[in-house]
Amino acid sequence: MSENNLLKVENLRTEFKISRKKSVAAVSDITFEINKGEIVGLVGESGCGKSVTSLSIIRLLNDTSGEITHGSVWFKGSNLLKLSDEEMRQIRGKEIAMIFQEPMTSLNPVLRIDNQLIEAIQLHTEYTKQEAREHALETLRSVGIPDPERVSRCYPHQLSGGMSQRVMIAMAMSCYPDLLIADEPTTALDVTIQAQILDLMQGIRNTRGTSILLITHDLGIVAETCSRVYVMYAGRIIEEAPVDILFSDPSHPYTQGLIASIPKLGLEAESLPFIPGSVPDITMMPGGCRFHPRCRYAMEICSQKEPELISINESQKCRCWLKTSEYSIKTENGESRK
Amino acid sequence: MTDLLTINNLVKHFPAEKKLFGKQDYVHAVNNVSLEVREGETFSVVGESGCGKSTVSRLINHLIQPDSGEIWFDGTETAHLNENEFRPFRQHMQMIFQDPNSSLDPNMRIFDLISEPLLIFTEMSDRERRERVRELLEVVGLSYNHAERYPHEFSGGQRQRIGIARALSVNPKLIIADEPISSLDVSIQAQILNLLQKLQKQFNLTYFFISHDLSVVQLISDHVAVMYLGFIVEKAPKKELYQHPLHPYTQALLSAVPIPDPKIKKQRILLAGDLPSNIHLPAGCPFNSRCFRCQDRCREEKPELREIEKDHFVACHFADL
Repeated sequence: MSENNLLKVENLRTEFKISRKKSVAAVSDITFEINKGEIVGLVGESGCGKSVTSLSIIRLLNDTSGEITHGSVWFKGSNLLKLSDEEMRQIRGKEIAMIFQEPMTSLNPVLRIDNQLIEAIQLHTEYTKQEAREHALETLRSVGIPDPERVSRCYPHQLSGGMSQRVMIAMAMSCYPDLLIADEPTTALDVTIQAQILDLMQGIRNTRGTSILLITHDLGIVAETCSRVYVMYAGRIIEEAPVDILFSDPSHPYTQGLIASIPKLGLEAESLPFIPGSVPDITMMPGGCRFHPRCRYAMEICSQKEPELISINESQKCRCWLKTSEYSIKTENGESRK
Repeated sequence: MTDLLTINNLVKHFPAEKKLFGKQDYVHAVNNVSLEVREGETFSVVGESGCGKSTVSRLINHLIQPDSGEIWFDGTETAHLNENEFRPFRQHMQMIFQDPNSSLDPNMRIFDLISEPLLIFTEMSDRERRERVRELLEVVGLSYNHAERYPHEFSGGQRQRIGIARALSVNPKLIIADEPISSLDVSIQAQILNLLQKLQKQFNLTYFFISHDLSVVQLISDHVAVMYLGFIVEKAPKKELYQHPLHPYTQALLSAVPIPDPKIKKQRILLAGDLPSNIHLPAGCPFNSRCFRCQDRCREEKPELREIEKDHFVACHFADL
C-alpha cells in the first residue's frame, strides 16, 4: 500500500438473503482505492450496487438482510471489517462521514439543526456543549449558510432542499473526516442548487484535503468533479479509468454505450445511440459476462465465462473478453482492439 | 403551420395554509403565462421544481381551472367549459406521466390498461380493440404476448412504453409529457426519447413537453419556454435559445448543467441563494434576488415579456444591452 493511499477495498462481496436458504450477491469482486485528497467517482445505474458498496465500507448494512461475506476494507492501515462495533463507531462520523441523496429524510425532523449538529460533535470530541455550539455555527458558516444563527434554530422542514444538503455536509464535515462518502448528493436538487453543492464539495477538498467518494449516475457530474472513476454494472466494477481517458477512450462496451447515449448540451442530434434491453434483475443475473445480453460485441465466450477486471494500460482497467489477449483479434476490423 | 394550442394570460393561484385571523395568502403558481404551440411541433417548458410548469399542464388538461386567462385548443376556448363539455377534448390531449410505476393500475392487465381509453371514447368491438392493442404494442416496441401480463412484470422503461401506448390509443392530437424520462435509468432514457421522436413523425403528434433537463429539451424541442416562479422569463425557438440565451436565469441554468466531457472547461454562473417563496413574490423582477446583473430598477419595476428579436421573447430590462 502506497503512502498516499487512504482507503483500499479488496474483493468485497456483500450478499442479501432473499429467502431462508437462498442469498444473492448484490456486489462481488469489488476492488478499488482512494488516495488522499482525491475525488473518486463510482458510477452506475440504479441497482448496480454502488450504494451497497458504500454502505459496506462504513458497515451500515443491517445484519439481518445484508452481510459482507468476503473481502477487506483497509482504511489507514486497519481492516474496517475486523473492527468491533465500538471501534467502528469511533471511525464512523469522525474519520469517515457520509451524506445521502435525500437531505430531507436524513435529518431528524423533530430536532432543531443546532441540536443535531451538537450531538454529532459531542459524540466525537471532548467539547463542552457551549464549545460544540460555537463549532457547529462555524461549520455552518463554512458551508456557505447565510445567517447560521438563525438557521441553527430551525427545524429541517423550514429549510429548502439545497439548504438541508448544506446542513448535512456541515454535519459530515464537523469532525474533519479524512473521507467523505457522498451518495447521490445532488440528485434530489435543482440544477442551479446542484452547481452550488458541487462547488462546495470541491472547495472542501481543496481547503481541507478531504478525500471524497462520489456515488452518482450522472456522467456530467463525474466529468466535472472527479479525477478517477470506477464504472459499475450489475454488481461488478467493469471499468476503471482517469476521468479524461474514460470520456475520450472508454474501453468497456457498456461505458461506451452509456457515454454515447446521454444527450449533450450544445450537441444536436437527430436520434441518440442507445443500449438495447434493460438492467438485469439481481435474482436473475445472466451467466458469463453480465452485460452480454445487451452487448453488441457479444461472443460465444461471453455467455459462458465471466471475464476478470484486467489492466489494459498503465491507468485503465476493464472487465471484458475483448480486452484479453486470446479474443482481441476477433473484433471487427480490429477497431476496438486497443 | 397553425397553432394547435394557444394560452393567453393564464393565472392560477392556490390558497396557502391560512393562519387563524390572518390574511389569506396565495401561492402564485402560474402568473400571466401566454404561449402558442404549433401543430406537429414540440413545445418544451423548462424550469426548476416549483416554477409552475406542471400546473400549466394540469390547466391545459382541465384537471384544474384557471383563475383567469384563456386556453384555446384546436379553435375552441376550453378553460371555461364544464367537465361534461370538456370531455370530448380530452380524447385529443393525452398525458404521459413521470413515474410509470404509479401511473399504471397494478391490478390491471396490460391489455385492459391500453384498451380502457378505447372503451371510453370509441365504439369499437372487442375484436377491433384487440387488433388496436396489438398494433399499439408493436408501435411502442413491445409484443402482443405482453398483453396478458401485469405492470409489475415489466421494467421501468417497458412500463413507460405501456404508458405511451395507452396515451396513443385514441389518436390524440396533443401529447402532454410531464418529465416522461426523468425516473428512468440513463441507458433507458435514450430509448424512450428516440421512441417519442419516431412516434411524432409517424402520427404527426404535437408534444407539450415538460422537463427540468436542458440537454433533453435541446434534443427534442422546436420551441422552448423557460419558467421561473410561475412566470415565463424567456421564450424562443430552440436554436435561438440555446445559442443566444438572453435572460440571466436562462444563462445560469445553461451554465449549471454538468457536461459529460472533462475537456470542456466552462465558466459556471453560480446563482446565490435559493428560490424565493412564491407566496410573497419579490417586488420588481421575480429573479432579482438571485440575479448577477441586478440593478435598482429591477427591484422596483417588473420587466414585461417583450420581443427582442423575431420570435425571441425575454422578460429582462437589460436583455438588449
